[in-house]
Amino acid sequence: MNKSAYSFSTSKQKIEDHIIVVWVDNESGVLARVVGLFSGRGYNIDSLAVAEVDKKKNISRITISTSGTPQVLQQIKLQLGKLIPVHKVADFPRNKKTILREMALLKVISSKTKLEKAEKLCKKYKFTILDKTEKSFILEISALKKEIDELIKKLQPLGLASASRTGVVAMMKGSEIYQQH
Amino acid sequence: MSNLLTGAEIVFKVLEDQKVNHIFGYPGGAVLPIYDELKNHKSIKHILVRHEQGAGHAAEGYARSTGKAGVLLVTSGPGATNAVTALTDAYMDSIPLVCITGQVPTHLIGTDAFQECDTTGITRPCTKHNWLVKDINQLSTILHRAFEVATTGRPGPVLVDIPKDIQFKKGKYLKPKELKNNKEKNVVRLKLDDNDIETAVQYIKKSSKPILYTGGGVINSGPKATDLLRELAAMTGFPITSTLQGLGAFPGDNNQFLGMLGMHGTYEANNAMHDCDLMINIGARFDDRITGKLDEFSPKSKKIHIDIDPSSINKNVKVDLALVGDVKFILEKIISSIKKQDSNFLNSNKQKISSWWSQIEKWRQKNSLGFVNSKEIIKPQYAVQRLYELTKAQDTFITTEVGQHQMWAAQHYKFNKPNRWMTSGGLGTMGYGLPAAIGVQVAHPGKLVIDIAGEASVLMTMQEMSTAVQYNLPIKIFIINNQYMGMVRQWQELLHEKNYSESYTEALPDFVKLAEAYGCVGIRASKPDELDSKISQMLSVNKPVIFDCVVDKMENCYPMIPSGKAHNQMLLGEQDKKDKISDEGKILV
Repeated sequence: MNKSAYSFSTSKQKIEDHIIVVWVDNESGVLARVVGLFSGRGYNIDSLAVAEVDKKKNISRITISTSGTPQVLQQIKLQLGKLIPVHKVADFPRNKKTILREMALLKVISSKTKLEKAEKLCKKYKFTILDKTEKSFILEISALKKEIDELIKKLQPLGLASASRTGVVAMMKGSEIYQQH
Repeated sequence: MSNLLTGAEIVFKVLEDQKVNHIFGYPGGAVLPIYDELKNHKSIKHILVRHEQGAGHAAEGYARSTGKAGVLLVTSGPGATNAVTALTDAYMDSIPLVCITGQVPTHLIGTDAFQECDTTGITRPCTKHNWLVKDINQLSTILHRAFEVATTGRPGPVLVDIPKDIQFKKGKYLKPKELKNNKEKNVVRLKLDDNDIETAVQYIKKSSKPILYTGGGVINSGPKATDLLRELAAMTGFPITSTLQGLGAFPGDNNQFLGMLGMHGTYEANNAMHDCDLMINIGARFDDRITGKLDEFSPKSKKIHIDIDPSSINKNVKVDLALVGDVKFILEKIISSIKKQDSNFLNSNKQKISSWWSQIEKWRQKNSLGFVNSKEIIKPQYAVQRLYELTKAQDTFITTEVGQHQMWAAQHYKFNKPNRWMTSGGLGTMGYGLPAAIGVQVAHPGKLVIDIAGEASVLMTMQEMSTAVQYNLPIKIFIINNQYMGMVRQWQELLHEKNYSESYTEALPDFVKLAEAYGCVGIRASKPDELDSKISQMLSVNKPVIFDCVVDKMENCYPMIPSGKAHNQMLLGEQDKKDKISDEGKILV
């Protein structure tokens, strides 16, 4: 029996998926602060994408795909906002107003017939062949996470040998940009 | 160039410009250049501790009793890791600390050099922010910024890790004024909507069963916040309760004060929290020791939450109105708005809350802090009560360790001023009180400083008695000695079928002889009738004292909210417990 020193969780809220975007000073240790906050407080990271976006102002943009109850998601945003190198935090809704993209490189090694089959199968998606040999090809695809999941599943029996994925990035549609309120 | 300074000189320039008078520390290889520079800065006194954890708690005691940042200086590796407990303690209780650590030279970082550790990595989750200084020209900017981060917004600890080569290198010094203040994140601006203040005032006017629930945020907001809280209580006539950390913000002997709330809070405070129709949380954080069972916490009340930290809002308890900002600004606005609308609110509202007050008086009749005294053996509650009676005429500072004695001190010692009560609440660090008392005494020479201690806790940092003797700090260590880790024993009695697994200390030192070995004074009291004279003897000694108060071994701390229960289901004493602890409750504690 659980003899925990604390009370049981009684929270019965629904778990939601969210995209959290954080603008930070591009300095050493900043990513550790952000992911350390997530692991330390028991939040989830489903995927992560980080890169400098403004060299002059030394700003990096971190995109985190996460899930949690509304209360936890609210805490994630407020706790991130308290970190000293964080400039702003945005919560991008998964709806028509947001563009979400993930990129993947996929290498297929197989027989000629299977390679042809694989290439045909990819037609449905927007892709570019980056490298091709007798026995293999590498394709680049930029799509939604679930589309890439789907493609990977289909390519597996056809000789998918290696997959490298970026994690999701997000941007608001239209002329608006996210402002801290 | 002549206006360049070494890193070590810059450290002291910053400390001088930040008006630091005392630092607590311990030298070692990676901070020697800074220690070498100490002799040239007479306005800064260094207190040599015996363990870096002691430096941290001493700096905490200093900070809590003065409202200024506490500063500690320790070496790399073990120096830094020993300070981690104190940093975490300060982080949990929102205490401003600036910790300066030495680090191995830049070119050796990452090579597993002697006394190297990843200090910024280790302390990242237990500081508000930390910095590894890699460029001498950044040093003064970072150090000034460290003081700003530690002391503004919700206060907390920060750490600056300075490699040894940076301490030798020469660079530019910038005064605080010369810094580009590109961010104002920590200066929490009052973005309050006047409508929110108005809503709060409407809640206050409508309520017939109100309660003020105040916390450490009032103390951290400064003396003005304390004055305003007292004004708000006086002009509304509302009952007021306080968390462990908030004690002293409101006079403990005032009739409006219901005592502390929470797991070992009074019957009247917890029942008032449960039954109120309006709860005004001022600078407290709905901690789990306060709320008890969350889904039965104060079910019928509207809740207002005043807090400087936006992430405290709705973290544990959902509130109806959040007022984010400094307590003193918000109280000022609320008070002036009430005054404007009704200059005699106290009298015009008296009738409305009168039946609430009669209900509270009924709860008070239970005398939940009562205990059965004895003529044969000293009861721990009696010891604290006598200590209070014999010291209340003086401006006394109390620190504690963690456990039963801490709760008895909180229940039976009454505070009338803020910054007089230093206790480890969030982290619950045994061994906090003795070094904290040292820090308090350094800040307040000539004042009476007492550590109400347990014999188990105090042994964790006992070595700091040597520090007290070295600097003639006449702290009084008042040990409530029951030979058990009392709170552990109490839970084992109530929840683990009296299996007192490892909670009894077989071989305690003779505390009187121990005191003498350290070069201070040892006093023992074991009978109730000698207690007063022995306490008076302790108070008359102008030296550090270890007072061994031998008490009833089996006394439990009541009242208590048992496991898995709500505020209105308290245990009042031995008689009560058989009926109230359910089997489901046992697994919840």
